[in-house]
Amino acid sequence: MRKFLLAVMLCFVASGAAFAADDVIKIGFYNCLTGQNAFGGQLELEGVQLALKEFPEVLGKKIELVVVDNKSDKVEAANAVTRLINRDKVNVIIGTYGSSLAIAGGEVAEVGKVPVIGTSCTNPLVTQGKKYYFRACFIDPLQGAGAATYAYRKLGSKKAALLVDVANDYAVGLANFFKQSYIKLGGEIVSDMRYQSGDQDFTAQLTEIISKKPDIVFLPAYFAEGAIVLKQARELGATFRFMGGDAMDNPEMVTLGGEAIEGFLYTGFAYAPDMKEMNPVAKKFTENWKKAFPNKDPNGNAALGYDSFILAYDAIKRAGSAEPDKIRDALEKTKDLPTVTGVTTLDKDHNPQKDIGVLEIKNGKKEFVGTIVPE
Amino acid sequence: MDINMFMQHFINALGLGSLYGLIAIGYTMVYGILRLINFAHGDIFMLGAYFVFFATVQFKLPWMLGVAIAIIGTTLCGLLVDRIAYRPLRSAPRISALISAIGVSFFIENIAVVIFSGMPRPVVQPPLLMEAFSISGIRLVPLALMVPAISFMIVTALLWMIYRTKSGLAMRSISFDIETTRLMGVSVDRIIALTFAIGSALAAVAGIMWALRYPRVEPFMGIMPGFKAFIAAVFGGIGSIPGAMLGGLSLGFVEIMSVAFFPKLSGYRDAFAFLLLVVILLVKPTGLMGEKLEDKI
Repeated sequence: MRKFLLAVMLCFVASGAAFAADDVIKIGFYNCLTGQNAFGGQLELEGVQLALKEFPEVLGKKIELVVVDNKSDKVEAANAVTRLINRDKVNVIIGTYGSSLAIAGGEVAEVGKVPVIGTSCTNPLVTQGKKYYFRACFIDPLQGAGAATYAYRKLGSKKAALLVDVANDYAVGLANFFKQSYIKLGGEIVSDMRYQSGDQDFTAQLTEIISKKPDIVFLPAYFAEGAIVLKQARELGATFRFMGGDAMDNPEMVTLGGEAIEGFLYTGFAYAPDMKEMNPVAKKFTENWKKAFPNKDPNGNAALGYDSFILAYDAIKRAGSAEPDKIRDALEKTKDLPTVTGVTTLDKDHNPQKDIGVLEIKNGKKEFVGTIVPE
Repeated sequence: MDINMFMQHFINALGLGSLYGLIAIGYTMVYGILRLINFAHGDIFMLGAYFVFFATVQFKLPWMLGVAIAIIGTTLCGLLVDRIAYRPLRSAPRISALISAIGVSFFIENIAVVIFSGMPRPVVQPPLLMEAFSISGIRLVPLALMVPAISFMIVTALLWMIYRTKSGLAMRSISFDIETTRLMGVSVDRIIALTFAIGSALAAVAGIMWALRYPRVEPFMGIMPGFKAFIAAVFGGIGSIPGAMLGGLSLGFVEIMSVAFFPKLSGYRDAFAFLLLVVILLVKPTGLMGEKLEDKI
């Protein structure tokens, strides 16, 4: 049934592809504003809004932002893109948090022939083989390699163990990329343990890992599971460090994990308001953010929202036209564009090569340790 | 594998297994008396964990009070479920009650998502129970010993109640024949309600201990433990209380030891548990301690 609906929707999109009125340029935005990923989606929206305030016009026309909620749901994500293309007739789209949502939305955009700039969807499949999907964030292979480089070079670890959720594509992918890079660098994987989403007891896997005496354990989990894995590991007397990926970046992690989470390292987007060396764009972004939202700290998602807008803005300017296909062609040629999360150049798969940020939980707060260039 | 490591796995398995056993008793009691598989049991267990979360984390009540509130609250929920969803179907075909149970299970899960939100919440562990110590290289927290101890105490108390009290006699009698028991002047609905009350209170105790050991609550936390406990109940022989405990322990050992001895297959840990169910149903359908049931016509 869903497939059938999707097919009907796609037909609509195909027949209705026309673009906006001449007086404004419309940028569509679809993201998780409610549902389980609302935390990230909301921050990305605020990042985009901040950029819009700074760049309200392009080619002498006003930019209008059209916001649609995808409710953290795949079907809603496809619906949202359909709506933006058909009803609102936007020129370019920004979104979304969550790779599976971006993949669902991307199918629709491909038929509707409107370019989309992904904010924080890190799975390679989002842009792979797609003509109209681009992104502002790094991809998981790069992140896994970044984590491995940091673990091997900076922490000087020689033996690593993995603890991976086999039912989660993100975790399996990230773990494989970590493993490949770590072995290539000269490290050894002493234990490769698995669990299933929804498991709550990790004592058997952890006891096995502890017996192999690794220097570091790579745990590419979501924050809710990650936090209790760390708790059980400390109960069992584990002394090694844990390292994770960007999905651990959630303030709830500290509430869930408490003291056990102290010293936890994770890779993320190369921006944090407390980072020591900031590029000029990041500096300006942080200042403007503090004026606009004095009670809320920005994070990597907010920065990527902002960067996605900059990418769109730059492409429209270079294209000299608001026609979606011309914007697409211009996006493809994005080169050396200064953005908050580093200089952005899109490769042939529409992905930027970016530095990876490394964060650590210290005294119950996350702290930006630095950036690393993946090897 | 050296002996220390084996003992560590043993302790882990004992803790997990006795929790499964405790949940399994709830399944087995209701089944033993009504021949109904109460699929909502795992969700009642989840409610128990949420009650203790709200009492101790949200309202900052002392621990013992929180535990008491959780047990009472969960018991009331269990009684409500019986009154609304099962009692009107007492004389209906068994399949109707089973479908009703599945409905109740989905209802509780989804209403919990709406009320509590899907966000996992942390449970505060009393530091006294969590101070780790080592005995010849084996890491222990007091909680890890408390869970099996409490479980065995509860099983003993239950067996006493069932074999030594009037209500227990009535329960056993209902399990043989509801109509005849009613003719004997036993208030059948009251005894069944009592069964649900005990089952739910046990689910609450299991929920509390689960939340202590795996300190996080979320609306779907009851699904997997519920399934596992169901396997445990079938493995031990559904309807038998010592069987449920034994089944729970066996399942805990199968899960932990499969990872301990075959670390390469750790991703198949849950698959081993369900494989056990299939094997048991094929080889010994009545379970370890189940009685051979004569079909009642």
